[in-house]
Amino acid sequence: MYVNKFGRLMFGLYSRNTAAVCGVVQAQRAGGRSGFSWTAVCRQRTLWLRRSASLESQHHTVPCHMSARSASHSTVDPDEVRKFQSLASKWWDERGEFAALHAMNDLRVPFIRDNLLNEHRLGHPGKPLAGLRILDVGCGGGLLTEPLGRLGADVLGIDPVGDSIGTAQVHTAFDPDLRQRVSYRACTLEDLSEEEEHGGGRYDAVVASEVVEHLADLETFAFCCGHVLKPGGSLFITTLNKTNLSYALAIVAAEQLLRIVPSGTHDWEKFISPVDLERLLESNGFSVQSIQGMLYNPVSGAWSWTNSTAINYALHAVKAREDPHTEQAEESTADTHS
Amino acid sequence: MHKLSRATLSLNGLGRCLIAEKYVSTIKITSRGFVCAEHRDESGKNEVYDVIISGGGLVGSAMACSLGMDPNLEGKKILLLEAGNKKVMDKVPDTYSTRVSSISPGSASFLTGIGAWDHITQMRCKPYKKMQVWDACSDALITFDKDNLEDEMAYIVENDIAVAALTKQLDSLSDNVRVQYRSKVVKYAWPMPHQTADSIPWVKVTLASGETVQTKLLIGADGPNSMVRRALGIATVKWNYDQSAVVAVLNLSEPTENNVAWQRFLPTGPIAMLPLSDTESSLVWSTSHRLAEELLELDEESFVDAINSAFWSNENQSELIETAGSLFRSALSVLMPSAGSPRQLPPSVAGISPKSRVMFPLGIGHASEYIRHRVALIGDAAHRVHPLAGQGANLGFGDVACLTKLLSQAAFDGKDLGAIQHLLEYETERQRKNLPMMAAIDLMKRLYSTNAAPVVLLRTFGLQATNMIPTLKEQIMSFASK
Repeated sequence: MYVNKFGRLMFGLYSRNTAAVCGVVQAQRAGGRSGFSWTAVCRQRTLWLRRSASLESQHHTVPCHMSARSASHSTVDPDEVRKFQSLASKWWDERGEFAALHAMNDLRVPFIRDNLLNEHRLGHPGKPLAGLRILDVGCGGGLLTEPLGRLGADVLGIDPVGDSIGTAQVHTAFDPDLRQRVSYRACTLEDLSEEEEHGGGRYDAVVASEVVEHLADLETFAFCCGHVLKPGGSLFITTLNKTNLSYALAIVAAEQLLRIVPSGTHDWEKFISPVDLERLLESNGFSVQSIQGMLYNPVSGAWSWTNSTAINYALHAVKAREDPHTEQAEESTADTHS
Repeated sequence: MHKLSRATLSLNGLGRCLIAEKYVSTIKITSRGFVCAEHRDESGKNEVYDVIISGGGLVGSAMACSLGMDPNLEGKKILLLEAGNKKVMDKVPDTYSTRVSSISPGSASFLTGIGAWDHITQMRCKPYKKMQVWDACSDALITFDKDNLEDEMAYIVENDIAVAALTKQLDSLSDNVRVQYRSKVVKYAWPMPHQTADSIPWVKVTLASGETVQTKLLIGADGPNSMVRRALGIATVKWNYDQSAVVAVLNLSEPTENNVAWQRFLPTGPIAMLPLSDTESSLVWSTSHRLAEELLELDEESFVDAINSAFWSNENQSELIETAGSLFRSALSVLMPSAGSPRQLPPSVAGISPKSRVMFPLGIGHASEYIRHRVALIGDAAHRVHPLAGQGANLGFGDVACLTKLLSQAAFDGKDLGAIQHLLEYETERQRKNLPMMAAIDLMKRLYSTNAAPVVLLRTFGLQATNMIPTLKEQIMSFASK
């Protein structure tokens, strides 16, 4: 997700970020791979919106203003809702700035679904992932959270950007089907991991799609994922590889030339190769099951699976089960069944 | 402003607002001031369905069955709205109904898949093995049949029986699919393409009873004068043929192994006799409006005479055409001696079933768009054809099969059912199949609507040549059988 702030939050660089908002806007004009924060611009825009909304409300007649404030009994405050409106149209506009992410659902949802079905053998018709608890880290506007909810899973989406969580909640609120299964929280993975009881892990799967390339500290991320997952739980990551090709295509072409992605979204230094990621995860108690390359076609606007992991790739890892004896017994029963 | 007008309505106490749930909500509105009134779904009355199908005819009911039986759509809420009454058929009536459809093998396998074909075969249906199409202005003819007359080419099924079979199948799917009869829709409200915070993102359907329902996907199956299509403002390419079809149930002079479908192209329009049983056949006579009215007014004997002479007489043939035709035929038989078929005559008609003569106007129509955000059109709502090729119902079933397959895949991928991506795929796939078929049917109709000599010669040669080329005939049959 476009959550550059995520990693910085983990180190408490929050204050530095807000102070740097004005400086950052000038840096945008300069262009280039400065550590530009997309969410910093969002914050500034929402500050501007708040200011202009309050100016507008001063022009309204007093009774209207008062009743709009005090009379609302629904969970969503109309003022807040108006603010999200500009962002809402960005996240959920399928042809807008996040078009590539919407299109990526065609790959990542089947990837997650099929691998979970392999692991868990559920298969309720109509709700294949029913009974599973999934955590979507860096969910943004809920683009991936909603499809997983529709497949029957109980999904919690977290994102440190409160505005995005607000957008996601508003979008989900209208669907009675999703309201029961999908929930959101504005927090970081670290916060959530601290809340877990010692030794407990509640989630069957953790999904971190387009998140890892925005983090500063991957060790902590991997540790926290391991902490919140049940033994044998799955971790799904989609991210970009650190190669010359990914620089040429994902940074130069996608951001600056074709503008598929807003400029400054990605920092090539933060990309990680699948080999490094695999090593990192395995040292944190995961076993990597599969890595698949993905390719975006800007002409058709569609993603496809590919053999090369040079640009984008998707990874599925499984947290080690507790008891090695149980693991062996499960393997042998799996063999007799297959 | 929207909210102000709601308040005014509630204050004036218009009839519509005094229905129970609306009344309660208007009280809430006046007490809350100007809170956006659309967060109403917690009242439970504006139920949100996953799919609503508007129109419970042949194609609409088939769509409901198809969705209800799909495993990936289990647990989704599906609603079928039909303005008419429930068509139950406990016992198959002795008399045949006048409106029939020709069901191709492709449609038959689709109907088997949704479990309705068994009901149809148990009630009544007539397979036919051969089809003869010939010209009134010349000797040219073409016959279609499967090899050795073993397999059936297609089936003639009465529309009433087909709908009753689908209704019976829907009864067995009542946990997934809800059917509401006598529910006429009065208004549709469309969602904005981008979801905003204070507007409901679903399609809202208002019924004549005042009830409103919402849906994530609306499927319009409401016939050639589709209200859904008109409400969306979709441009339709359409024109009325100057023709009406006269339909009737005919009693044959003597019982025969009635497994051939006959169609003769008269200059005024095609006349077709479709088998219903060993003793009865269905008549579909497309002709000009004036002639059609005259035919309806004739007494039974004159009507029967008119039918027999339409099939048998050669008065439209001129000397020139006859000689040209036979010359061409002998030329072709030199090239392909074994090809070609002898001309057979259809069985003669003795009488018609009482009160079975009806007429209806014919036209062609094609919607320029089959889909919009959260809406799809299927069946006659999207495309309307001339009955001369017997393809209207088959194209509709093709739409149903395609849309079901795409919705099933979308549900398995966790997608919003009303999302435009798979609806676009449906539109593209179906337009690719429907447009060539419609163009071909329209071309046939125009080609055979004249008895000007050059056109007659052209079509005579064309028909005879096509009759002699087995591979071409097979292509045509497979095109029409899907």
